[in-house]
Amino acid sequence: MSFITGVGLTPYGKHEGSSSLDLMSRAAQLALDDAGLTRAEIDGVLCGYSTVSPHIMLATVFAEHFGIRPAYAHAVQVGGATGLAMTMLAHHLVEAGVVRHVLVVAGENRLTGQSRDASIQALAQVGHPDYEVPLGPTIPAYYGLVASRYMHEYGVTEEDLAEFAVLMRAHACTHPGAQFHEPITVADVMASKPVAMPLKLLDCCPVSDGGAAFVISSERTGADGVRIRGCAQAHTHQHVTAAPALSELGAEISIARAKQASRLAISDVRYAAVYDSFTITLAMLLEDLGLAGRGEAAARVRSGYFGRDGRMPLNTHGGLLSYGHCGVGGAMAHLAETHLQMTGRAGHRQVRDASIALLHGDGGVLSSHVSMFLEQVR
Amino acid sequence: MSARIADWTKGEAAIVYQRCGSCGDVQYFHRAFCAACGAPDPREYRASGRGTVYATSLVCRAATPETRAHLPYNILLVDCAEGFRMMAHGEKDLAIGDEVTAQFASFAGKLVPFFTKV
Repeated sequence: MSFITGVGLTPYGKHEGSSSLDLMSRAAQLALDDAGLTRAEIDGVLCGYSTVSPHIMLATVFAEHFGIRPAYAHAVQVGGATGLAMTMLAHHLVEAGVVRHVLVVAGENRLTGQSRDASIQALAQVGHPDYEVPLGPTIPAYYGLVASRYMHEYGVTEEDLAEFAVLMRAHACTHPGAQFHEPITVADVMASKPVAMPLKLLDCCPVSDGGAAFVISSERTGADGVRIRGCAQAHTHQHVTAAPALSELGAEISIARAKQASRLAISDVRYAAVYDSFTITLAMLLEDLGLAGRGEAAARVRSGYFGRDGRMPLNTHGGLLSYGHCGVGGAMAHLAETHLQMTGRAGHRQVRDASIALLHGDGGVLSSHVSMFLEQVR
Repeated sequence: MSARIADWTKGEAAIVYQRCGSCGDVQYFHRAFCAACGAPDPREYRASGRGTVYATSLVCRAATPETRAHLPYNILLVDCAEGFRMMAHGEKDLAIGDEVTAQFASFAGKLVPFFTKV
């Protein structure tokens, strides 16, 4: 068994003058304080990467900087799925008895540490260096291609996609740490600047500074417990050119494996935290995971199903689209928020029931997937 | 290993793919082996340049001065007649399902495949 005993999350947006290590340290301290643990009790460290400050040994760079001497430490790189992949690894390390308390941490000054062009260019390199990158694609273009096909096959419209941006912004408006607090409408999304059609500026997550951290432990450190019930991955391709058909993408494979590992069904889920780098990402993943029928996720947004008071509250912090996206930390905010919801600490964002949560992360261009079920234990 | 046929990634006006002599699988990204069965030395062929549009995205925001000069440009995924999928550029008004044929165009100092409607 493994428990998420602490979470730490900084506000996302601009942290002028903070380095990646500063943001990682701030989040790590918050997570330790939340778990009620000291540095000496942490015997494992897993960290993500920083495009601003690349390093071949970031975990030990961080451990030295933060002041811990772990028995197990290394970095993990699976793009946007890194946060959940690290949590999955921490779960297995703890279950195997390798370590007792793993600190999972990421942070990056991606917004103020480099130009927006540099960020866009760095990320576009997930494309094939010979067969894709010379064509001048960007991450939004890779997802724009997928969006065009998904809309074609399932009759989804640009207005449908806009609903997800509006929902994430409405949620962000209730979280003081979110990057954006101005409400938006479907018309605003439709009128926003074209980026890579059909995706417009408000269909895309922003570039942010921020940090997030968790502690995964072999036992509870407080009264409230959040247990990792089961998790799984799937990796079908790296490059969008080599992606399988829409009906064979990795999310469906990883969720099937995670359901088996956790002995849970989608009907058991009370709270959802799903990767939302673009509106199309969220629409597709919700449908791939079985949280909505094919082509029906937008209708569920319109009916309030994914709202705080709806049947399946989703990304109540505002997601990547509006809480912000600082790289690896981006999707870790989803887990931090889920933990607050599961331990009754989400304040005015608190949902009625978050007893079972489903988290899903995606890296690359729907290339790498991690699905994870969390369970409240009292 | 057979000699490589130069393609657009090497500055030649050609699209090249490989077919495995053992299992018959077709692959676009060049390798010294078949990714489906592992057999060495898949044979290389020049593609006809005929295909069908699978997906499109009109890029309106680029990250480098060289690519920005071409904005907006249409990126496509094309299902080629020989059974492989490739990324390319194409006419701005192409739609999914359109039958297309490959030309070549200069983009950011390099030669890239550019598809037009048949």
